[in-house]
Parts: sequence; structure tokens; C-alpha cells
Amino acid sequence: MSRGDLLGGLAFLLAAAVAPLLPAWLVSLATIAFANALVVLGLIILWRAGLVPFGQALFYATGAYCVALLARYAGVRDVFLMIIAGAVSAGVIAWIIGFLLARYRDIFFAMLSLAMSMILYGVLVKTEALGSTDGFHVEAGTFLGYRGEMLDLALFWLVLGTCAIAALLVSIYLRTLAGALAIPVRDNEIRVEYLGVSVNRLIHIKLVISGILAGIGGALAALVVEHVDPSMAYWTTSGGFVFVTILAGSGSVAGAFVASLVFELVRSIAVNLLPGTWQLILGSVLLLTILFVPEGLSSVWQRFRRQEKAL
Amino acid sequence: MLTLFAIVTDGLVYAAYLFLVAVGLTLIFGVMKILNVTHGSFYAFGAYGAATAVGIYYDRGLPDAGGFLLMLLVAIGVGFILGLVLERGVLRLVYGRDEVIVVLVTYAAFLILEDVIVLIWGPQSYAAYQPMVAAGSIELGELVLSNYDILLVLLATFLAVVTYWALKHTRYGRLLTVVIYDRETAAAFGINVTVVFTVTFVIGAILGTIGGAVMAPKISVTLGIGVEVIVLAFAVVATGGMGSVEGAVVGALIVGLARAAAVHLFPQLELFVIYAVMALVLVFRPYGLFTRAAPRKI
Amino acid sequence: MTPILSVRALEKTFGAVVAARDITVDVPPQQTIGVIGANGAGKTTFINMITGHLRPTKGSIRFEDRDITGRPSREITRLGISRSFQVAQVFPSLTLFENMCAAAAVAQASDGARMFRPLRSPATMRQAEESIELFRVAHYRHTRASTLPQGVRKLLDIAMAVVGTPRILLLDEPTSGISIEEKFDLMDVVMSALKSRRLTVLFVEHDMEIVARFADRVLAFYDGTIIADGPPAQALADARVQSLISGTKPLRPEAHA
Repeated sequence: MSRGDLLGGLAFLLAAAVAPLLPAWLVSLATIAFANALVVLGLIILWRAGLVPFGQALFYATGAYCVALLARYAGVRDVFLMIIAGAVSAGVIAWIIGFLLARYRDIFFAMLSLAMSMILYGVLVKTEALGSTDGFHVEAGTFLGYRGEMLDLALFWLVLGTCAIAALLVSIYLRTLAGALAIPVRDNEIRVEYLGVSVNRLIHIKLVISGILAGIGGALAALVVEHVDPSMAYWTTSGGFVFVTILAGSGSVAGAFVASLVFELVRSIAVNLLPGTWQLILGSVLLLTILFVPEGLSSVWQRFRRQEKAL
Repeated sequence: MLTLFAIVTDGLVYAAYLFLVAVGLTLIFGVMKILNVTHGSFYAFGAYGAATAVGIYYDRGLPDAGGFLLMLLVAIGVGFILGLVLERGVLRLVYGRDEVIVVLVTYAAFLILEDVIVLIWGPQSYAAYQPMVAAGSIELGELVLSNYDILLVLLATFLAVVTYWALKHTRYGRLLTVVIYDRETAAAFGINVTVVFTVTFVIGAILGTIGGAVMAPKISVTLGIGVEVIVLAFAVVATGGMGSVEGAVVGALIVGLARAAAVHLFPQLELFVIYAVMALVLVFRPYGLFTRAAPRKI
Repeated sequence: MTPILSVRALEKTFGAVVAARDITVDVPPQQTIGVIGANGAGKTTFINMITGHLRPTKGSIRFEDRDITGRPSREITRLGISRSFQVAQVFPSLTLFENMCAAAAVAQASDGARMFRPLRSPATMRQAEESIELFRVAHYRHTRASTLPQGVRKLLDIAMAVVGTPRILLLDEPTSGISIEEKFDLMDVVMSALKSRRLTVLFVEHDMEIVARFADRVLAFYDGTIIADGPPAQALADARVQSLISGTKPLRPEAHA
């Protein structure tokens, strides 16, 4: 564990402790923000290797619908089982399509990923049994059998805990050889290959990791919002995740969570105060970020601390 | 037998729509290597502009055919302005940066323009059905075909031929082809790549707005039409090969016919089929049907 | 003595183009071979086939009595054959030290499980330092690879190929892009480093004086095949080699120290 990990852990503990004192709408917003941040975390892992998939919504929706289906047809209600189910279902899908997807790069990688997510969207939209475009309701989850009054807070702590664990694991991963090779791969893939590494296999692993993270994010989202619908697989959902990833920058794990929170806040404010222009505001934020803070929020943070080594 | 005929005619009409929507996108990608998400906005602006023009025109009892012409003219004007403003104002700021970043800039522009549409035209839907109704229909046995659909197919064919011919046989077209092939060498030969970029983007924008304008009579012009179109255009362009006009034709035909078959035979697969075809093509030809893979140089 | 590398009847065609044909060579261990020939004569094709970048159309390649024909590059590297590149292939956004760490870490990660060990282990950094010292580029340790002078970039490229203790090293035009005054200095550093590691070396070179100075043996390529094979004094004096490749200007007296 590095110093950064400890600081992050403290931040999570602080957030958990402060939550009961905060207004309900903020806790709700933060819960969704952190659930979505997991998807962004997966995107950061891939972006460090030079790949930006435009279809992470595939895994997000897989996790979400898996949870919803388990709740409705298998009577599963326990949230911990749900998370695992979301992770496994998305992970398996990622592993399978990874055999194909890991061979592509640049814009073609992005496009194939997009195609995959739109295939799922097409299936979901046309499936009557799954409610077509309306989706269907997800029953509230139970915590190891317990279903109490403080559900919102419990969900927040659940999401927070999951994020803390995920953040730690990803942080450790990025310091291993497999994780750290992302930057050499992005710089010069042929060279990495000639050093003796199968780059395709490396990318396959990263796809699975990011798929699992997105699946967990989707599962949590389904539990929080208590509803799933095909738009969770639509390209605009994927676009939103990429948006936050750019906002975060690829430099740190913390960036995913900070950027996701900022995004949800900005979107919330825009939708509630200036409803006719929220897309304009978000679009402008993205544009300004790309133009003026191209390395994302994590780079702003790094300017105040000593520069982290690239490897 | 009737079903087969219906599939073919539906498929052709849908393919015409796809081609009109995709040709501008593939041109911009081929020359500038930019996957232009704002293309959806061009389409939408074209449709809304056409709807407004049609609304004004048909109130005055002028000849029907003129309405169609007016739609095209408005589309060209809107496309020109929009394309110019976007390329000179926004894209110019991020040339040379990573491909994905440029795509995201176009995505940001798309989001902004979505709300600009609302600011200009409000949230209500518009109808521009007059040209389609005015064109009438013909009967082929048991099938009723709208003349407007036939017109669309003719227009798409015309544009395909003109674009293809222009790229191969006009001086400027050949310049564009050179830049598509190797931008650096083209610049070294004295080709003003900056101007080429601007011109290409504006042409691509105009093709996009024309696509929206001619489709306006067939759809309900409302919020969100750009969103769907983008990903359809991507599918066609990725299938056919990015930067290839022939590819856009073939891609549009394949996707159009496949979708028509699905609609008539397995309606639940309608959306799935489009992206499944795209994924299938990409599996065997990662760069699309009509692009040569560039060899790795070491 | 069994040759460390054995190439038999190697051929590579691209459609109608025959890039290499009928290449047969036996390389004894620790020999230094200079590979000469005009551009397009087949030298790089030859190297690309040995290192797995290209799959031969016909023929076989044996390394330490193991068939490596057509295997992918990463396997061939793991087996013990490394290469450097005509255009130095480094990681531009990392410093020279970080470049070496990456190469050293990969070299030490002999199996899949070790890919999940931390990158910056003491062993990795020590190995990186050793290589940096060996190639005398310590001065540039913390410089970004994208801003390194050309000579140092080429040394880094070679150092990264060598850190994994290969038995054979193929150098593709190690002095290309280097000014004439600096070529010999660069090759001095490289060759003494390689000799100290007891490597078998094949290097592609256009400068005949460098070849004469550093090679034990010369392979001359022309039109996809080998037209001369022998010690430099003999091969470079060969009439065909002189008329097709090197020209007839006499060499300087310092040839072959």
C-alpha cells in the first residue's frame, strides 16, 4: 500500500462517516456517482494502454440486467450476491469478446466495442419479456437478509465500500508489471512485443478487469435506482462514461471518483436550474476540459504534489 | 415472392437513407481521420431547416416540386455555415491531437448543438410531409411504392456516382484522394492540407444536412433524431471501410437489405441485425470491406 | 562445434516479389557477422525472418538446435534472440531509466505469474543500472526518451535488447542516423559491451570501414541472396561484392584492428 492508497482510504472513511449528516439528495447523487466511477476506473485502465472503448455500456447493462433478472426470476435479494453476479456475468462476457476485441486498436477498437454494446441494446429493446424500452423494476435489495429503514445510507456505504476495495486493487494492479506496461504499450506496442510480452493477452486481461468493474457498477446502479432499461446499453451511456474518463485523466485512481462526482453535480445542477441547456453545459465542460485541462483533473492534483513517476 | 420483393424494395430505400447519411461521414474520416460525431447534428439541422422551409413554402401554394428544391438549397446553406463554423472555430484547435480526443471534441460539439436546436426550434415536433405526399405513389402489383422513396433512391445513386467520379476524375477530387492516402507526403508536395481539410469538412457537413433534409418528409422531425442517426452512420461506414465512397454504398446496401429482411422475417432482430452485420464484417475485415490495412513500418 | 544459429534454404516471397531466396548460413557461437548489401537486397528481410517479424515462405531456421521457423517475435525473444531496430524503438514518454526498467522487468518475468509482481523491484532496478553503465549512458538516466540525442537513443534501443541476456543479437543498421565522426565511437561502446556478454552478433551496416573494423565475418547480400561469405578482407575484396555493393575505393589502413 502506498501513501496515495492510505490517503484514498481515509477519504472513503471520511465520506462514510459524514454521510448521515448530509442532505438526502446529495447522498443519493454521490451513490450513483461512485457506482458509475467504477466503470470509469475500468476505462482508465484501458486508456493508459492507449485504448478507449466506446461500448462499456455493454458490461454496465449486463451487470444491471443480471441483477434485475436474479431479483425477479430467481428471488435473489441479497446485495452481496448481486454484486458478485454482476461482476461474474460482465466478466464472462468481457472474457469471451476479449478474444476478438483484444486484436484491435485505435478507432477500430472503439467501433467494434460500440457495435457490441449496440447489439445488446438491440436485443434488449426488442425483447418483450424484458419490458422492451421501458425496462422493468428491480426490487430493493437486502443486506444478508436484513432490510431496514436506512436503505439509502446502507446503499451508500455499500457502494463506498465496494469502491474502496476496487480502488485499492486497481492501485495495486497498476504498480505490477502487467498494469504498468500499459504506458509502454501505448508508447510503442511493437517494442513491448519484442521484449517478449504478448500484448494482445495483456489487453485481454485489461478488458476483463474493466468489464468486471463496469458490471459491478451496473449492478450497483440497478440496486440504487431500482430500475433497469435498455438505455443502460445505449451509446450515449458509453459516451457519458468516456466523458467522465477524460475529465478524470489517466494519471490516478482517485481521479475516477472525483471526476464522477463533479460530473453528477454539474449534471444535476444543470438539469435542475437550467433545464433547457444541460447538454450545452455538459458539452461545454467537456470541450473546455479537453482544451485547457487535457490531462484531466488528476493532473491538476498532481501539480500540487510531487510528480508521480510514470512507471 | 411478394415478401422477397418487399424486402428488396424496403432494403433499397433504407440503403439509400443510410448512404445519404453515411457518405459525408466517410469522406470526413477518410481525409481528416476524424470520426465526426457532430454528423448527427448536421443531419438534425438539415431536417429542422427543411421542415421550416417546407412550412413556409407550402403555405403559399407554389408548385410542389419547388418545395423539394428549396429543401435542398436550405440544407446546402445550413451545412455550409455549420461546417465552416465548426471546422474553423472548434476543430482547428485540436488538430494533431490524439484521434480519440478529436472524436470527443466532436461529441462535445454534438451535445452543445443538441441544445442549440431546442433554443432555435423549441421542443415540439415538426412535420414536413408535403413533398412526400405531393410526389404520390405508384402501384406495382400488390405493392404500393411511394414516389418519394424512389426519388430518394435516385438521389442516393446520383450522389454516389457524382462523389465517386469527382474523387477519381476531377483535379480537386484527386487532391483529396492523395491526402486520404498520405497526408504528410501530400503536404510535402505543396498541397495546402489546411484548405483541403476545411473544404472536405464543409462538403461532408453539406452531405449530412442534405441527408437530414430529404429524410424530413418521412419522419417526425423531433428532438433526438441526430442521436440515432450517428450510430447508424458509424455502422455503415465501419462496415464499408472508412474513407471509401464505394464502401459506403456497399455498406449501406448490406445493412439496408439485412435490416429489411429482419423487419419482414424476424422483427425482433431488426436493431440487432444492423450491428451484428457490422461486427461480423469487422471480424473478417478489421478495417472494413474497402480499405487496405496499412502495414506496420519498423 | 554446433552452430548456434542454422539457416537452411530460406525464402520469402511477397506475391510476385522474391525478397529473399536460398539463404543458407551456419553461425558459430560468439561470432560477429557484418551483413552488407544495397537497400532492398534482402538483409532486413533476412533479419525479420529470424526474429519472427516475417514468416518464411520456404526453408528453416534452427536456434540452439531448436526449430524456430515462423514462431512469433515474443517467443523468439524469450528463447534468446534479440534485435535492435533501424529506427530506434523506445518508449518516448518514459525516461531512459524507466525504459530500461521496463525491459529489465519483462526480462525477469519469466512466466505469467511474475507479470503481477511489482514493477519497481530492487532486482529490476539493479539490472537496469547495470545495462546503463555497460552502455555508458548514465548521464542521460533521467532524460525523456523523446528528447534523447540520436546516438543515445540507438544505444538505449540496443541496451533494451540486451538486458534480457540473449545469446544472439541482431542489430539493424546500428549507426544509421549517426554522424560519421561518431559512428566508430558508438560501435566501440556497443561492441565492447556485447563482447563482454559473449554474444553472437549479426549487424547490418552500410559503412564498409565499420564492417572491416568490427566484423569477424561478412555476409554480402544481393538481389535476395548471399553472394559472398567470408572474413572481411576476403569478402570485401571479392570482385562481385566490389562491383555490386562496396565499390573499389581502397580501405583506410586502420581496417580490422
